[in-house]
Amino acid sequence: MKRKWRDMEQALGFTVLRLSAVIIIVILAFILYDVFSKGAGVINWEFLSDKPRKGMTEGGIWPAIVGTFWVSLVTVIVSVPIGMFTAIYLNEYAKQGRLIRIIRLAIRNLSGVPSIVYGLFGFALFTLMLNLGLSVISSGLTLGLLTLPWTITASEEALKTVPRSYREGALALGATKWQTIRTNVLPYAVPGMLTGTILGLARAAGETAPILFTGVAFFWPVLPKFPQMLSQQFMALPYHLFIMSTQHHEIVKVRPLAYGTALVLIFLIVLMNSVAVVIRYRFRKKYKRV
Amino acid sequence: MKKLIAVLFLVTVITGTVVAQDFMQIKGSDTLINLVQRLAEVYMEENPNIAIAVTGGGSGVGIASLIADRVQIANASREMKDKEKDAAKENGVIPYEIVVGIDGLSVVVNAANGVESLTVDQIGRIFRGEISNWKDVGGSDMPISLYGRQANSGTYAFFQEFVLLKKDYSQKMKRMNGNAQIIEGVLADKAAIGYVGIGYVYDDNHEVREGLTVLKVAKEAGATPVTPLVAENVKSGSYPIARALYQYVNGKPTGAVKDFITFELGPKGQKIVEEMSFYPVSGPYLEQNKKAGF
Amino acid sequence: MQNRKHKNKAVILRQLRENIIERFFQVNGLFAVIVLVGIFSLLLIEGLPALQSLGLKEFFLNRIWDPTSFERESYGLLSMIVSTLMVTLGAMVIAVPLGILCAAYIADIAKPRVREIIKPVIEILAGIPSVVIGFMGIIVVGPMLAKIFGTSNGLNAMNGSILLAVMSLPTIISISEDAILAVPQEFKNASLALGATRWQTLVRVTIPAAMSGIIASVMLGMGRAIGETMTVLMATGNAPAMPGGFFDSVRTMTATIAIELGETVQGGIHYKSLFVIGFVLFLMTFVVNLVSDVVLQKYQKVSR
Repeated sequence: MKRKWRDMEQALGFTVLRLSAVIIIVILAFILYDVFSKGAGVINWEFLSDKPRKGMTEGGIWPAIVGTFWVSLVTVIVSVPIGMFTAIYLNEYAKQGRLIRIIRLAIRNLSGVPSIVYGLFGFALFTLMLNLGLSVISSGLTLGLLTLPWTITASEEALKTVPRSYREGALALGATKWQTIRTNVLPYAVPGMLTGTILGLARAAGETAPILFTGVAFFWPVLPKFPQMLSQQFMALPYHLFIMSTQHHEIVKVRPLAYGTALVLIFLIVLMNSVAVVIRYRFRKKYKRV
Repeated sequence: MKKLIAVLFLVTVITGTVVAQDFMQIKGSDTLINLVQRLAEVYMEENPNIAIAVTGGGSGVGIASLIADRVQIANASREMKDKEKDAAKENGVIPYEIVVGIDGLSVVVNAANGVESLTVDQIGRIFRGEISNWKDVGGSDMPISLYGRQANSGTYAFFQEFVLLKKDYSQKMKRMNGNAQIIEGVLADKAAIGYVGIGYVYDDNHEVREGLTVLKVAKEAGATPVTPLVAENVKSGSYPIARALYQYVNGKPTGAVKDFITFELGPKGQKIVEEMSFYPVSGPYLEQNKKAGF
Repeated sequence: MQNRKHKNKAVILRQLRENIIERFFQVNGLFAVIVLVGIFSLLLIEGLPALQSLGLKEFFLNRIWDPTSFERESYGLLSMIVSTLMVTLGAMVIAVPLGILCAAYIADIAKPRVREIIKPVIEILAGIPSVVIGFMGIIVVGPMLAKIFGTSNGLNAMNGSILLAVMSLPTIISISEDAILAVPQEFKNASLALGATRWQTLVRVTIPAAMSGIIASVMLGMGRAIGETMTVLMATGNAPAMPGGFFDSVRTMTATIAIELGETVQGGIHYKSLFVIGFVLFLMTFVVNLVSDVVLQKYQKVSR
């Protein structure tokens, strides 16, 4: 009798656990289904390649795609080198101590700073003080700082997966620390770092609050040439979705376009995530063989 | 690789400080943004060598940017405040005012509500939170649900000044992100009341949206309530909460800015103003625009 | 002799180069500290004049936030702090049980194949941008809430809580899962050997042993909810009044900054007071992070 009760308890408990996992899957499935079923209808070549037309009730989102691309690129250029170098320092050079504790604490806290506070900081520092104005570069710098903790963490994880023996081997042969890192550590860690970079990029691409005051525009359909455009405003996918769902004068009419924008945004992010996962997977496989 | 990054940075820093002059930045009012976006779109089709960036954020945002000399044109659905004029002067910015259209600021309720007209005073008290149930203004017994704009909006400021008579809004008013969101809220909410630019009450076929009642407004108790849906009422000023839609520029406009504003005030531009359901510039405002050289 | 001298020089040069390289990496390492201190000081420097001229009392005892009022400009943070905490609390009520249960499922009973499915699900969920979630809040959750509860609209604190729960779930799940996985197998084996069922082992041994990690995950999830901007801006209606319940429209600290920053005259008292909000927000998330940090540290020591 007692045994039976215990088994029932366990069955019930496990059902609850399974149910919770099912709820999570249902939430995601619902979001994806809703966005896909209502957004897929507007996706065509024109939507992807054209600028908004007829008071943004027709046409496409190409400028927003381009804007998001450029800002993300600046983000990566700002955040990845610093992130990687920091990770190398933390994992390869630094000895346990007060400095390291402080740096780690700073990184963890940076990752917890709200995105709007980064926006506030970026606006005051880049847009106003450094006089970079409302521009791709201001937004990219802001997002670069925002993503920094992620790139550091991801790069460090990648460095940690490189076995200790690789380093010891090189050092034993008389290589200097830097030579060891360059030849025996980095080549194995770079794919992992790349994964982290892409994941960071994906998150940066979806951020709105930090670009709100540092450069994003309601309507900026022109696609200027490369260096000038860095100092100009831009359209971005997440912000475009924001205005299409809250500020446009025909929000009900343009709802399909909003859904389409959401679909493209989610697609890009899932795509980047998948690429990252594939790289990580192949990297792991390669590792096993070594 | 590192060198490339360094060079890239240098380039961006240099180009960041030297702003190219072949483009124009317009920023400000959310009431005007859809209108000005459309104007810019058509203008750019005719003048492909000029690029215009349109950004929203609210009248306050636009004016603040003009004061800081970061935009060429600021959209505003209210007049510049004295405080702002002083700040502009301090920064060496001389704002010129242009009226691009007229708006009959509309007070809207859900069609299921039944109330069709209110006095300015009643509306003011409703939004101040002094009247909080529809039964007090001739409706059914339900608590009033307030929809308004955020403080950065010119509509918010205009309404506060002329309808609330500079008193505070009820803290319970929902602060929506844009005019269209107010409309959507009112359509979904039987107990709602909201205020929007006249352009937002119409659907595609230029008819008032289904499910929406645009209130007739009386200047005072006993006066005849007037609807903003008739152009004449707004132009003549018999509709009590009509207002001008402004653009501000730094100094007397020249070059591309002048060309663009000329286009806005010309027949094509004014037709777009009407298409977006605002009213064209007329009467004393035409005189006012002359001061800025138009 | 000549040769040896040459070699010495090479060694010294090499050493020098190594030192320079190490310094270079160290400077990069310090960058994170500089940024954190930079954010802190900038918020403080910009916000301090507002604090000085208006006084702490105005900010923390006044319930009304209305900096553009014609009657009396008010800078009370109280109702937006309460709003932020309320929306966050609501989110945690939903996300904490759900997140921990799900983490326990993944870590303890899911088959590897199921795990392969659900891990990416959580990663993708974490990657969905906040505007998309906010969009869902306007179009799906809002009308649904209005219908279920018979309220006139669904733009309220509860809407925000539901959305923030979704946004903080991935954080809670993945960190809790790590914590549960980190519980040594011997603990579980001992419990099972004593005749406990897997369920009893999970509830009475594994989860308590992983508790500090779970608490840390909850704190981090909470930090995320406190700092989230776009979703609440889009879905909670943004009425600045002191909320009376979850069906009231609320305006959080993040939303206030997002709404008003562009509007203010730069350098003015309103502008500066937004930095005060930012500073308070920064402190709140800082404390939350610090607590989770301390808890985690403790847990690492225990599991060692």
